[in-house]
Amino acid sequence: MIGPSTILALRDIGVRYSPAFALAIPALDVYPGEVIAIIGPNGGGKSTLLRILGLLQAPDRGEVRFRDEAVTVAAGLAARRRMAMVFQQPLLADATVADNVALGLAFRGVPAAERAGRGARWLARLGVGALAHRQARTLSGGEAQRVALARALVLEPDLLLLDEPFAGLDQPSRAALIPELGGIVRAEGVTTILVTHDRAEAQALADRVAVLIDGRLHQVDETARLFRAPASEEVARFVGVETIVTGEVIAADGGVSLVDVAGRKLEIGAAARPGERVRLAIRPEDVTLAQRSESAALSSARNHLTGVVVRVTPGSPARVLVDVGFPLVAAVTPRSVEELGLAEGVPITAVFKASAPHLIRGGSS
Amino acid sequence: MSPILDGLRQAAALLLSRDPEVWAILWLSLQVSGTATLVALLIGVPLGATLALARFAGRGLAVSLVNTGMGVPPVVVGLFVSILLWRSGPLGELELLYTPAAIVVAQAMIAAPIVTGITLAAVQNVPEMFRLQLLALGASRTQMVWVVLREARLPMLAAVMAGFGGVISEIGASLMVGGNIKGQTRTLTTAMVLETNKGNFDVAIALSILLLVLVFLVNWALTWVQQRRAS
Repeated sequence: MIGPSTILALRDIGVRYSPAFALAIPALDVYPGEVIAIIGPNGGGKSTLLRILGLLQAPDRGEVRFRDEAVTVAAGLAARRRMAMVFQQPLLADATVADNVALGLAFRGVPAAERAGRGARWLARLGVGALAHRQARTLSGGEAQRVALARALVLEPDLLLLDEPFAGLDQPSRAALIPELGGIVRAEGVTTILVTHDRAEAQALADRVAVLIDGRLHQVDETARLFRAPASEEVARFVGVETIVTGEVIAADGGVSLVDVAGRKLEIGAAARPGERVRLAIRPEDVTLAQRSESAALSSARNHLTGVVVRVTPGSPARVLVDVGFPLVAAVTPRSVEELGLAEGVPITAVFKASAPHLIRGGSS
Repeated sequence: MSPILDGLRQAAALLLSRDPEVWAILWLSLQVSGTATLVALLIGVPLGATLALARFAGRGLAVSLVNTGMGVPPVVVGLFVSILLWRSGPLGELELLYTPAAIVVAQAMIAAPIVTGITLAAVQNVPEMFRLQLLALGASRTQMVWVVLREARLPMLAAVMAGFGGVISEIGASLMVGGNIKGQTRTLTTAMVLETNKGNFDVAIALSILLLVLVFLVNWALTWVQQRRAS
């Protein structure tokens, strides 16, 4: 039964591209006012799913329901006019910025004076009010994408669909635009579906996240929970877990289990049965590194694993691969890399709390 | 003095004398070819847009026919229009043969594939994602096509130029369906053929200069519009 409060719902959607790849979505509900991100690797069907949601592409089978009514691409103009979509490329018409922002309003028969007023307000809101009389083709990428967002938001849509809208922007433009857009959709209460392959964008904007891999939704969950507790190994890897190991539960007491991983004993804050084989996912940012002599004094964490640095990948944070009997990745600041003298072959202790490992029971092993 | 220089000098005198017959020929050519181009636009733009945007069985064949039509010799078009409009032909009752209207029909048939083909290419050149974006902004299919045509307006001006250029300068069809009747269906090109056959090179050269100036002025105006938009 489809809940009456959904603004958009998919049921039993299927699209077949080839014998090898098909999009299959048994169910997806989008609720009014929420921001939901659809994340997943490239080629996983995200954009196709968004086009189906936006009534731009008909699925081979299944049903799209908008405000609890079944809608189709062929007869979906009225529903489509309650939506607006922004793509990765701004796709502006060869006209002035003001004319571009007024385009969707013109399609809806809004009078010219009202179009101009609303367009000017939204251009100003997106910080590009001064560009109204410029030709769209003279804009920078960041300016053009702001205009594209204004062109969508001026429609005051019930549903805003965003297809990787920040992917074509340089880092400073993205860093500025993401929180701005987040503030606007929150303030306006615009239900938003964001498609992205960038998990940081999803974390910054979304209330819920749906992970789409190889045409299938692997997990739909609240953002924090999904990143903290991925349901499968595939999801874990996509949301940034770099250490996934197999172990055997050797003891369990209440909510704490002792797991043997490659001969090392790990305490994890999860219930399990002794003798059970489990997969553990450990996020790199949950692992800290310390000199062997200092680790016990520096941290009250339950897991202290001595090992040797195998590789340091520079960055901010840097990725440090440590052999502790199994490969364990830690994310550390460049300053820590320098202070700890991290380099290949350096002995080190990896420290993490019992709550850091997440026990995966679903997905591949 | 060479016949060409002599002809040029006499042509200048003829033009400056404002001979009413010459100016009538010029005016008729402009009217006929302008009308034919307009008719070709009315046929070719929707047809080109449809072929560019729609997907249907036989579309590939239709596109091939349009491309073939762009290269059909005017004399072949003239032959078939003559047969159609011949007194005993399917459209003989209209009594259009040897009238300016017959030239318009023939020239429109010459220009329509040119306009269709260039429109098709221009519309196809507008990215598919842009069309999708318009639909995603709430455009109906008609509104989407209209904006896409507006987006393709610069290359489509080339369609106007090519269409007009193709018919103002053709001779075969105009001669066959118009008959080159003095004061009625005599156009710049048919008059040039006649005057050349009579050995009146000065008049033929004068008419050729007029034709060149006319084509230049029309194309200059369209190019000015096109390049102003492009810059």
